[in-house]
Amino acid sequence: MAEEKERKGEKKYKYSVIVPTYNERLNIALIVYLIFKHLRDVDFEIIVVDDGSPDGTQEIVKQLQDLYGEDRILLRARAKKLGLGTAYIHGLKHATGDFVVIMDADLSHHPKYLPSFIKKQLETNASIVTGTRYVKGGGVHGWNLMRKLTSRGANVLAQTLLWPGVFDLTGSFRLYKKSVLEDVISSCVSKGYVFQMEMIVRATRKGYHIEEVPITFVDRVFGTSKLGGSEIVEYLKGLVYLLLTT
Amino acid sequence: MKHIVKILSLLLAVSAFWIGLLQAAIIHPGYNTWLLPIYFVVSLGCYGLLMVGLGLMQFPTCPQEALLLQHDIAEAKDFFKHKGVDVGSD
Repeated sequence: MAEEKERKGEKKYKYSVIVPTYNERLNIALIVYLIFKHLRDVDFEIIVVDDGSPDGTQEIVKQLQDLYGEDRILLRARAKKLGLGTAYIHGLKHATGDFVVIMDADLSHHPKYLPSFIKKQLETNASIVTGTRYVKGGGVHGWNLMRKLTSRGANVLAQTLLWPGVFDLTGSFRLYKKSVLEDVISSCVSKGYVFQMEMIVRATRKGYHIEEVPITFVDRVFGTSKLGGSEIVEYLKGLVYLLLTT
Repeated sequence: MKHIVKILSLLLAVSAFWIGLLQAAIIHPGYNTWLLPIYFVVSLGCYGLLMVGLGLMQFPTCPQEALLLQHDIAEAKDFFKHKGVDVGSD
C-alpha cells in the first residue's frame, strides 16, 4: 500500500546510510557497490565516518566519490579512533536524509536487506526498524558453539531482565527516523555491544514504535571471537546499568 | 519508572499476595511457606537454561549466505576493476 503511494508521487523520502570505518579499504568499496546495486530507485547518501585508518580507506572513498559523485558519498573523517557511538553522532550531524540507516562496514550486514527495512518502515510508519538475526528468515554464519552459547545466554538474560520488546538487542543494522536517532543517541553513554542494547532499550522506554525485519549475519573473521571474558563482564555491567537507569 | 523499580514492585506484589494468603489462613503455613522463594529462584534458573538450550537448538544458521556473499564480492571486485578503482586484493 505504501509502495502504491510512493508511485503515485507522494513525498519521496531520503535515506542517509552511516558507515563507520576503521581499516576497511576493501570492504567499504564492496559495500558501496552493493548499496548502489540494491537501492536503485531510492534517494540516498552514504556517509563514511573514517577514524583515521592507516590502510588508505579514505583514498578509496575519494575514488568512490569520483565514480558515484560527492553528493552520494560523503567522507566525514575523524583524526583518530574515537569509538562507534560518537561516530554515529558525527555522521548524523552531516546527514540530510529523513531517515538514517546505520550498518557495519565489514559486510556482516548485507545491503540487500536495505529495501526490506525501507518497505517495513513505509508499511508500519515505525520510528525504528531493527534487523533481527534470531527469527525465521534470519540467521548467523561463522560462529562456533561457544559464540552461539554466549549470544543466546546474553539474549535470555536481557529478555528476562529488561523486557526490551525486540528479539535482537545487540544487532546494529538499523533504520531510524532521523529525529528519533538524534533523540535516542543523545541519552546513550555506553560503548561497544552495550551501546546497541542501550539504544534499543531507551527507544522502547521512550515509547517509540519499533519494528523488526529478519537479516542474516555472515561473520567472515573466523577464529577471532570478539567475545572474551572482559566483554562478558562489560555486558553484565551494561545490563545492570540499564536496569538502574532506564 | 526505572525498570528495576518495576521488577521489584512485581516481586513485592507477589510476596504480598503470598503473605496475604498465609494471613488469611487459606493456605496453612508449613514447609511450603519457606521453600517458595527457593522454588521461585530454581524455576527461574530452569527457565533460563531451557531458553538458552532451545535457542541453541534452534539457532538459525545461513551457510548459503556466505556463498552468496562470496559471489557478490567477486562481482563488485570485477566492477571496480573495470572502473579502474584499485581496491586491493586482501
